[in-house]
Order: sequence, then C-alpha cells, then structure tokens
Amino acid sequence: MNSALLVNIFRFVLLLAIQIIIFNNMNFLGYISPFPYILFIILYPVNGNKSGLIASSFLLGIILDLFSNSGGTHATACLVLAYLRPLLFKFAFGLSYEYQTIKLNDVITPQRFSFIFLSVIIHHFTLFLLEAFQLSYILDTLVTTLLSTTFTVILCIIIIYLIKPNRR
Amino acid sequence: MQQIFNFIFKNSYRILFLLLIGISLSLTIQSHSFHRSKVISSANYLSGGVYEKVNTVNEYLNLKTENDALALENAKLRSMIFNTKDTATAKILDSIKGVKLQDLIVSKVIHNSYNVYENYLTLNSGELDGVKTDMGVINSLGIVGIIENTSPKYSTVISVLNKRTQINAKIKKSDHFGSLNWDGKSTGYVQLTDLPRLALIKIGDTIVTGGQSVIFPENINIGTIAKIYRDEQTNFFTLNVKLFNDMTNLGHVYIIKSKDRDEIINLEKKVKDE
Repeated sequence: MNSALLVNIFRFVLLLAIQIIIFNNMNFLGYISPFPYILFIILYPVNGNKSGLIASSFLLGIILDLFSNSGGTHATACLVLAYLRPLLFKFAFGLSYEYQTIKLNDVITPQRFSFIFLSVIIHHFTLFLLEAFQLSYILDTLVTTLLSTTFTVILCIIIIYLIKPNRR
Repeated sequence: MQQIFNFIFKNSYRILFLLLIGISLSLTIQSHSFHRSKVISSANYLSGGVYEKVNTVNEYLNLKTENDALALENAKLRSMIFNTKDTATAKILDSIKGVKLQDLIVSKVIHNSYNVYENYLTLNSGELDGVKTDMGVINSLGIVGIIENTSPKYSTVISVLNKRTQINAKIKKSDHFGSLNWDGKSTGYVQLTDLPRLALIKIGDTIVTGGQSVIFPENINIGTIAKIYRDEQTNFFTLNVKLFNDMTNLGHVYIIKSKDRDEIINLEKKVKDE
C-alpha cells in the first residue's frame, strides 16, 4: 500500500515535469500539442481512493495551468476525466471490473487501448473546448482534438511500454 | 441527521468533484473575461523559478542564433555611427525607434507560448525593476505584447498572438488607423481590422503602432501587409499583416515605461466625468 502511494507521487512529479519542460513546447503543424501527463489519471490504481484521485487530478491540472497561463482549463479537463473514469472502466472492461485485477501498464490489449483512447479524447475535447471558449471555433476544436488525441495516445502507449515492469 | 451524514460520507467524492470543478470552471471563465488580472498566472516564484532554470539551458543551446542577431545589430549600430556627418565625434545613441533609452527596461523572455488561442510570455523582471501592468513590450524588430501581471521578480505579457489583444495600429505613410487582432490561425500573421476604405494601401506597406495608444509610442514597427480583404457590406478593410518579429523565437525584449500614461488617462477621465 505504501509503495503504491510512493509510485503514484513519483509518477505525478515526473509526468508533470516532462509535460512542462518538453511537451508544452511541442507544436507540430500548428495544431498538434500532446498532453501525456494525463497518464497519471489513467494509471491510477483501479480500486484506489476515489476522493484521492479527484483531489490529485485537480492539483495536477492546476499546477499545469500555473505554468501555461491557461486559467483553469487543464484542472477542469482533468477533473472531468477523473470523475468519468469508473464509467470508462465499465465500458472497456465490463461491469464487474472492480473484482478483476486490471493492470493497465502491461501489454496493450483492445480493452486497454479503448480505455486509454476514450480517456484521452474526453480530456482533450474538454480542454480544447474551454481553451477556445467560443462556439464559432467548434470546427477548429474538433480538428485539434482529433489530431492531438492520436498523438497523445501514441505517446502514452510508448511511455507505458517504456516503464512496464519486467516479467520475471 | 444520521442519514444526512451517511449521504455525505457515501457521496464524498461526488461533493469533492462538484466543489473542485466549480473552482476550476470559475477560474477558466475569469481568465477569459477581458481586462481582469489572472489568479493563476506564471508570474510567481514557483513557475518563474522553474522557467528561469529551464531557460538557462535553452539559452546555452541557442547561443549561436543569439550571437548572429547581436552581430547583425552591431553592424547596424556601427553603420549608424560611421554614417553620421561629423565623424570626429561619434554620436551617442539616446533612443531606439523614438523611445528614449532611460524609459526602457531591458528584460529577458524566460517562457514563451504560441500554440493556443491565448498566448502569454513570462519575463524575468518584475515590480522591483519598475515593471507595471499595461506597459508595452517591444524588441529590436517590433512589438511583442503588453504586460498583464507582475510579481516582485517576474511578469507575464499578453503576446500579440492572443485573441484578447487589441492594439491601435496605422499605415506608416498615411495615418489611417485600425485595431490589431489575432485570429488564432498562424503565428506569423496578425489581422488589422476596422481600417477605413478611404486608405490607399497596397501589399507590402508597413504597419506601425498608432498615436492613439497610451501603451505604445507612435511608429513602432509591427509588420507588412500580406493580404487585403475587402468587405463589400461595410466600409472597412481587413488586412493580414506579416509580423517582423518571429514570435516563436524571442530572446531579449525592452519594456517601455511611459511617463505620460497616467497623465493622459487622468485627463480623459476628467472629460468623461464632466
């Protein structure tokens, strides 16, 4: 239990640092900006404390907002994702997900992929919608969401493979 | 009573969610409303400090381009000195583009964003250096933005690449003015709107800051006209302006202290009150 907490804190700090120092400066073709920091919310233990997840994702978002001058957009998007996470689990892994031992940081199966993809698209859509804050930009928002989602999902899968614990 | 407590304990994460999303949504909405200082901004010790550390690394990596720019500026200054009429006494530069040197604060960009609709820069000088909200920020090529928030050591700047900026600008040769906005599409181009149809313009004309602005002095370079849109319904042009500045690559900038600003604002306030 204690080591899980430590791993989560470590993940929180590391993902945030990578996001701020490297990925925030990326801007391919003027549209695509990846946000792999939400891996923290995706990889949070399935049966972990719900209030803990919500509070920590708020903290994650607000710190990123602090660094990217974006008001509260990241915080809102992270909160929405954290709140909808149980629903996404139900959708991707079936109703009785709470009794299975789901390990996300493992080989990518269709279920895991659909869970990651849905999480990323929900987060990105909320984020870009709030960032534009105007319905006349809705088309731009959708295009940006789709392009950035693809990119973030690819990055997330690469990172999961990189940090995957080795099988003995 | 028991049931109320039970309800609260059972739904504690929902209540927490509603509370936090309320806070974050209000921060978002507040950040989108015009002319309001932000609560969450990168002008603070935590993010300012981190950005300064990151910037020292980046600065080292960009030494070559920075050197090239300095060499270019040096060459320009030298040619100015050598081309003065009386070569015996080298003329001392007392101004950059019409702004007296003592009214400038030299500062450095430690963080620059250009990939969202509302972009901000972070500078490494703040209130202790005399930076205040609503001062203009330029560099040797042209305008950069306007100071938004300040802390003792850092300050944030609304970049010209921000949907919320509105800067008074005019055609250099004819004094017809309009307002400068950004449509959020390209980092190299901004839009000049509300320019009267009477103005004689052609592609390639220079756009400079107008005299109506209390933030920028007159005649600071902005860019050149790249495309002209005529709207048949109204009597105004909309222009695509190509910036002189590469907003994705900023190093040292100058902050303009305008001494007359308070005087002008007070005077205009007096007129309105009467």
